[in-house]
Amino acid sequence: MNDFSTLVGGIAGDGINEAGLTVARLFSRLGYHIYMYYDYPSLIRGGHNFSLVRASRQKIAAHMDQIDVLIALNQETIEKHTSRLKDNSFVIYDADKVKLDETKHKGCGLAITQILKEADAPAVMKNTCIIGGYCKVVDIDWSVLEDVLKKHMPKMLELNLQVARQGYDQAAELCHIDRRADHADSHLDEQDQKPLPIINGNLAISLGLIKAGLGAYVAYPMTPSSGVLDFMARYARDFGLKVIHPESEIAVMLMAQGFAYAGVKAAVGTSGGGFCLMTEGISLAGMAEMPVVVVMAQRTGPSTGLPTYTAQGDLHFVLNAGQGEFPRFIVAPGDAEEAYYWAGVALNLAWKYQVPSFILTDKIVSESQYSFDIDLAGDLTSELKELAEQAPLLWDGQGEYKRYRCTETGVSPLAFPPQKGQVIKTDSYTHDEGGITSEDTQITRETSDKRERKGQFLAADLERYETVKVFGDEKSKTALLCWGSNKGVCMEAALKLGLRVIHVLVLSPFPERKLKSVLQGVERLLAVECNSTGQLAKLAGFYGIEIQDRILKYDGRPFSVEDLLRELGRVLA
Amino acid sequence: MNPKDLATTAKNTWCPGCGNFSIMSAMRMVLAELDSEGFPVENVVLVSGIGCHAKIVDYMNVNSFYSIHGRTLPAASAIKIANPDLQVICFSGDGDSLAEGLDHLIFAAKRNIDLTLILHDNRVYGLTTGQYTPTSPQGFKGKSTPGGAIEHPMNPLELMLVCGASYIARGYTHGIQQLQTLFKEAILHKGFSFVDVLQVCVSYNNLYESYNKWTYTVQGNDAANFEEAQKIIRSWNYDRSEVPIPLGKFYEIEASRFDQAFSQRRPNLSERDGKILALLENFI
Repeated sequence: MNDFSTLVGGIAGDGINEAGLTVARLFSRLGYHIYMYYDYPSLIRGGHNFSLVRASRQKIAAHMDQIDVLIALNQETIEKHTSRLKDNSFVIYDADKVKLDETKHKGCGLAITQILKEADAPAVMKNTCIIGGYCKVVDIDWSVLEDVLKKHMPKMLELNLQVARQGYDQAAELCHIDRRADHADSHLDEQDQKPLPIINGNLAISLGLIKAGLGAYVAYPMTPSSGVLDFMARYARDFGLKVIHPESEIAVMLMAQGFAYAGVKAAVGTSGGGFCLMTEGISLAGMAEMPVVVVMAQRTGPSTGLPTYTAQGDLHFVLNAGQGEFPRFIVAPGDAEEAYYWAGVALNLAWKYQVPSFILTDKIVSESQYSFDIDLAGDLTSELKELAEQAPLLWDGQGEYKRYRCTETGVSPLAFPPQKGQVIKTDSYTHDEGGITSEDTQITRETSDKRERKGQFLAADLERYETVKVFGDEKSKTALLCWGSNKGVCMEAALKLGLRVIHVLVLSPFPERKLKSVLQGVERLLAVECNSTGQLAKLAGFYGIEIQDRILKYDGRPFSVEDLLRELGRVLA
Repeated sequence: MNPKDLATTAKNTWCPGCGNFSIMSAMRMVLAELDSEGFPVENVVLVSGIGCHAKIVDYMNVNSFYSIHGRTLPAASAIKIANPDLQVICFSGDGDSLAEGLDHLIFAAKRNIDLTLILHDNRVYGLTTGQYTPTSPQGFKGKSTPGGAIEHPMNPLELMLVCGASYIARGYTHGIQQLQTLFKEAILHKGFSFVDVLQVCVSYNNLYESYNKWTYTVQGNDAANFEEAQKIIRSWNYDRSEVPIPLGKFYEIEASRFDQAFSQRRPNLSERDGKILALLENFI
């Protein structure tokens, strides 16, 4: 079996995310790659939550609608998800709470309430109990589950093991999963040799930023970006980070620039609504040439929209946020490994060019779980130096310091206070080289040219990076054009249909030359996006790239592999 | 150091007679004095918002961050947290800190972060040529309130007292000696220092006559006593009522500070790499 999907469903508060992660960890130990989509409404208790865990022998970054096993902690899960079952799929459920028509679906009911009662275990342990049963049903060795529980549920471990074992013993084996042992005589990929960590994009971004030398993280909580704040705050001491959750996103953006002024590399995180408040500060960063990294995790808008669901609706907002004209770097990673690598690059480029730098994600990249191979995160053999902490262009200490000294690249050397006998002045007004306000026509023009030059040198620098990636059949005359989280689903669909995929990672400065070169030979270009207007298609159109079709999804949910295949079937018919 | 060394060549564009000149002179003298007393001027960072007050940073040859309207305090807070050795002084206007950026002011006081904020309180928007501000009296006829301001003013000192500021004082731009005393105390005070300066705007709200008549300096008050400070602060509410206006230091206490809570030690690159790899093990 090369591909196996499990859906765990219940109410908010049942620990559905954690249950999904436990399933993911089991498969990871069997040598599978993992992708997990977590679907939850915007509330704390009640409501329907589900984790969709897909395990594959291939690297994956998308979910399938169809599932092999449904783990139902409540009746609603049965009602909502039995349509996903295939002929040979089956349901494992809490028989004390859930009714299943076993004439229609194969199933295995466990007397969970009774097991917990007999063990005198709290209700939250029903997860552990049902996953015990799940392991038996899909033929995962007890020792594998024991290993996962020991590592991830150290609290009340004995009791957890006891109820899991009860579930395991009560269940009947219904199918057989390939384990590593079964492949002993067949060839396995190198990466299958060790179980990989399973992390979401928010964690990957956090690690990438820390790796590249982050000193401070400032954020006001907002789904789906809050995971970065939670992580940074939790590990602040370990990594020597200054982490602040201030009064508003306005304060967030200004604090980041206070840090930059004093020489501390800072990042901030938010979603669309919070980003609206940051825009005056973004413009300040443009004028004052302050390096700042913004993790901008998109969700469904406009306004409050669907707080816990996805969208790619803010590309043009981020491209244009802030009054006036100034260069910016925008990257949209497509999975956890890209998120890690490009977060580091984003921080380094922000400081190299003294510009605002954006890591544009969405709910999918930020909160989905991926098998994460740090050795594959970007071509580290050749680009390791880009990720290692880079010193920005620093003042050489000679003569009089001028914060905005005019240079060929537009980048002025940095110095941070205190500097004996020197002053370091930064200014939101148009200013002269020394950072003093000016309304002079020549200075106004020259400082504008200076900022523009930084953008040009940034664009030239990016030629060294893989700003556009090509997957699938590179000779196909039909290509899918995508960005961000649609990378995974497009790669799979293209593989099945023999299409080319063009994944645009860097959106500003726009990699026009590279994109046009990989488009050679393409006769039909289809934009695949999670918005209602085709925002990348519009952007590409601005550079004279014609898009023949748009496949757009804007219901807050990501494309499943089946969704995209169906749409492509319709469009390409 | 001579206070004159702290001037820049930027052309001064304040109106003749503007109260901002007194604030700048007093601050230059205090910074020069502190420099000779072992508080080097290169360790000082001035942060301003936007408004007539804010031009002060262009006129002072000192490190500065000329921020945007209402946003002095968040930038200043991060500078202090980034490097606790820096002495961070904010200049802000009443429109700047009490209207556009009021939330930051409340939080700076709540955190008792070690910053000094000098409020250029001219009780009018000068740079936008004459609108009412949060400290303009009820009935103030400004360009946006031609029939007179409907609201009563707020008392920023009362607000600062309940929010947790640990040094609170008021000065007047006709009393430069007192401004120097208050500025120096405020800068040396460890915690959030708030100095309200009744700064006369000669063009749009010339209150010299009224202030000269009604201001007096408090004497012998117990600045560590909250109730006493509150009583002094409440004795004038910024409305037109003809009552004495107290000046001087009203409140000063020692309290724990937000800026003390941050670790200054960062692991080096190889330590970080090791920690990242170790941390990833937890997610297997």
